[in-house]
Amino acid sequence: MTESGEHSLALRHQFDTVEQQRDASTLGMWVFLVTEIMFFGGLFTAYVIYRTLYPTAFEAGSHHLNITLGAINTVVLICSSLTMALAVHGAQLGSRKALIACLLLTILLGSVFLGIKAFEYADKFAHHLVPGPNFQFEGPFSRQVQLFYSIYFGTTGLHALHMIIGIGMLSVLAWQARRGRYSAEYNTPIELVGLYWHFVDIVWIFLFPLLYLLGRH
Amino acid sequence: MITAPVETREHYLNKEYGIRSWLLTQDHKRIALLYLASITLFFFLGGMFAVLIRLELLTPAGDLVQSETYNKFFTMHGIIMVFFFLIPSIPAVLGNFLIPIMIGAKDLAFPKLNLLSWYLAVAGGVFALYAMLAGGVDTGWTFYTPYSTAFSNTYVMSTAVGIFIAGFSSILTGLNFIVTIHRMRAPGMHWFRLPLFVWSHYATSLIMVLGTPVIAVTLLLVAVERGLRIGIFDPALGGDPILFQHLFWFYSHPAVYIMVLPAMGVTSELVAAFSRKRVFGYAFVAFASVAIAVFGFLVWGHHMFVSGQSVYAGMIFSFLSYAVAIPSAVKVFNWTATLFRGSISLQTPMLYAFGFIGLFTIGGMTGLFLAALGLDVHVHDTYFVVAHFHYIMVGGAVMGYLGGMHYWWPKMTGRMYPELWAKLGALLIFVGFNVTFFPQFLLGYLGMPRRYHAYPDEFQVLNVMSTAGASILAVGYLLPMIYFIWSLRYGRVAGANPWKAVGLEWQTASPPPTENFEETPVVTHEAYEYSREREVVGD
Amino acid sequence: MSDHIVPKKLYYMIFGALIALTLVTVGASFIDLGPFNNVVALTIAVVKALLVVLFFMHVRYSTRLTKLVVASGFLWLGILIFITLTDYLSRGWLTGVAQ
Repeated sequence: MTESGEHSLALRHQFDTVEQQRDASTLGMWVFLVTEIMFFGGLFTAYVIYRTLYPTAFEAGSHHLNITLGAINTVVLICSSLTMALAVHGAQLGSRKALIACLLLTILLGSVFLGIKAFEYADKFAHHLVPGPNFQFEGPFSRQVQLFYSIYFGTTGLHALHMIIGIGMLSVLAWQARRGRYSAEYNTPIELVGLYWHFVDIVWIFLFPLLYLLGRH
Repeated sequence: MITAPVETREHYLNKEYGIRSWLLTQDHKRIALLYLASITLFFFLGGMFAVLIRLELLTPAGDLVQSETYNKFFTMHGIIMVFFFLIPSIPAVLGNFLIPIMIGAKDLAFPKLNLLSWYLAVAGGVFALYAMLAGGVDTGWTFYTPYSTAFSNTYVMSTAVGIFIAGFSSILTGLNFIVTIHRMRAPGMHWFRLPLFVWSHYATSLIMVLGTPVIAVTLLLVAVERGLRIGIFDPALGGDPILFQHLFWFYSHPAVYIMVLPAMGVTSELVAAFSRKRVFGYAFVAFASVAIAVFGFLVWGHHMFVSGQSVYAGMIFSFLSYAVAIPSAVKVFNWTATLFRGSISLQTPMLYAFGFIGLFTIGGMTGLFLAALGLDVHVHDTYFVVAHFHYIMVGGAVMGYLGGMHYWWPKMTGRMYPELWAKLGALLIFVGFNVTFFPQFLLGYLGMPRRYHAYPDEFQVLNVMSTAGASILAVGYLLPMIYFIWSLRYGRVAGANPWKAVGLEWQTASPPPTENFEETPVVTHEAYEYSREREVVGD
Repeated sequence: MSDHIVPKKLYYMIFGALIALTLVTVGASFIDLGPFNNVVALTIAVVKALLVVLFFMHVRYSTRLTKLVVASGFLWLGILIFITLTDYLSRGWLTGVAQ
């Protein structure tokens, strides 16, 4: 039983069949995503507690976030989820062109998201809303507003870090796809990275309303 | 005189030689031994701090070290023992070695991740060691804020990073075990034919995967708050230190089940093997493991009864803490029922199993004392708590670990340890343990606070007893270190099944071949089929 | 995980729903619905997440085990948030001291 690179199915020695390997890999990715849910979960918990304790301050903080940019970013990520799903689809059909095109589109959309996020961060910095010694907020509850921004930067920062890692993985996949590594018989890595990417999208699906929309009224 | 050449059978230890073959191995059995080396090192490091603590506490005055230094001793003792010894111990050594073999697989699902887990555990340990050598940490292993984020002048960040990294080691191990147990069982190995050791590791893995990420993100926030002076636990910013405690204990309570469930799994194996009987109520024990894992997530507030948490929440946590004791009790009853009318032999592993059952029961029952809200107010932060958790973690988990090490040592190395010395070691450990920790229940109940390096004169007698016990315990721990190493060269050669036990691991050679079995086994019998007249592979 | 290939048309439909829901949630945030603003926003978020999980992540076509794993993840997050919240919401309900 060889496992060298040129064997496109790449059956590892601990597995008996390719199906078993694929099932195990997918289950492994799902278990990993559960750990990610709990990892982000700590921050979500902090958000829920402090919003409950300081609703007015959190609304005030939320008002200074740009809802248009947030909404655009949400749409961008949803588009990237579509292109990711289409990439998996392309791989499943053995269509190398579709796979690579969709991977590249996903990378592009992810980068657009990060670009907009960077712009938002720069804006916050300019308005002294970055927590730390330079934080300034005119109005009552400024300490709790700083808390809001700590959570804002913590959650979106962690999310952005996950996106950067995701883009990295997608780039590797695109490069490997160009070299003909994937086929209708073997496309597990595409599926797995797809799961990861959709998860990161879901985190944003919750972050957007929680940070930008709640308490607008 | 011509000596006939001896043909050495190939197995996982002699298949390849050289340091690269060990440091780059993907063989779960070799990784288990890598872990054995690293956790033993951490055990002695943590033990060294325990020695310093007990030395200071020989006298009522704080005369060995200053209080700031003493704070570092108990902090480092706790951190090293919990995160770098106990949490990995049984799963990373015995679990890694045995789970694939017990289910009839060739390796874990993700061997490369397994190796990565070890490197992460070591890397985390390096960060913690650096903190220790650079000046130490004094926050207590619990890192309560705002002391840890705003006021402590010690190496909090480096330690937090070390634990964060080690946490991912734990997460990946749990992930590996879950996928392996679900997807790689041999033909015929149904869930209810699995050894209870596997069930308990499955339950442990659930906790590792669901709980560890929370402490990871929490310590990350502590490091960020400390480093960048921004954060969410700082009262000066409107943050709440109690939120830290909620997030910390959400993991750290289930963590104690990570530490004890594997030892329970070992105990099930030992009790069955050395009574030559099926475990009574197999399904109940299996479900109890999962129940402990699940319920264990609902009780964390019992560490926070006096923190400022709401009394109402305290009552709910108290009630649930009583509930979580029930599946543990079920296991103790079932082990006892297994012993009843069993054909009991008192070899060393069995001695450790008995030790586990007795000491875990005492530790567990004193946990019920602590779960009572009113009583906890009196004994919180006293030596009563310290005694309680050492009964479970040392009297329980470490005994389980040693019992398992003795039982499976012949399988892992192909050599038997010397039985007489092992019995002596077990005796010294049992006696030393009780002399060390039983007085601490009394001390705590009488009011001696924990984490103090000085105490009122009237507590000295019990403290001296405790330190005396610690010296006996230390000797007891040194013995296995010595004779295990001795046995590698001079121990009696063990066959495939020196204990005449039932289980897939005893049906392959000692030490096993790299692929674990010559042929994938097909399982047709239930677990622990001792009662039937069976062909058991012996030496 | 089955080898089920989801038709592209379904992906496009889900995509359309996600975009539509995004527009709805943004629009709703500008209307004063009192306490229901938060309920609406969170419900829409949950629906969007469900669509992504079930269709983009193929959970609809996955094994029972996968569904259990996904559900457990969210359940555990719920346990963390809910029980912690219980503490904060019930502070002051019982003082433990006779009035």
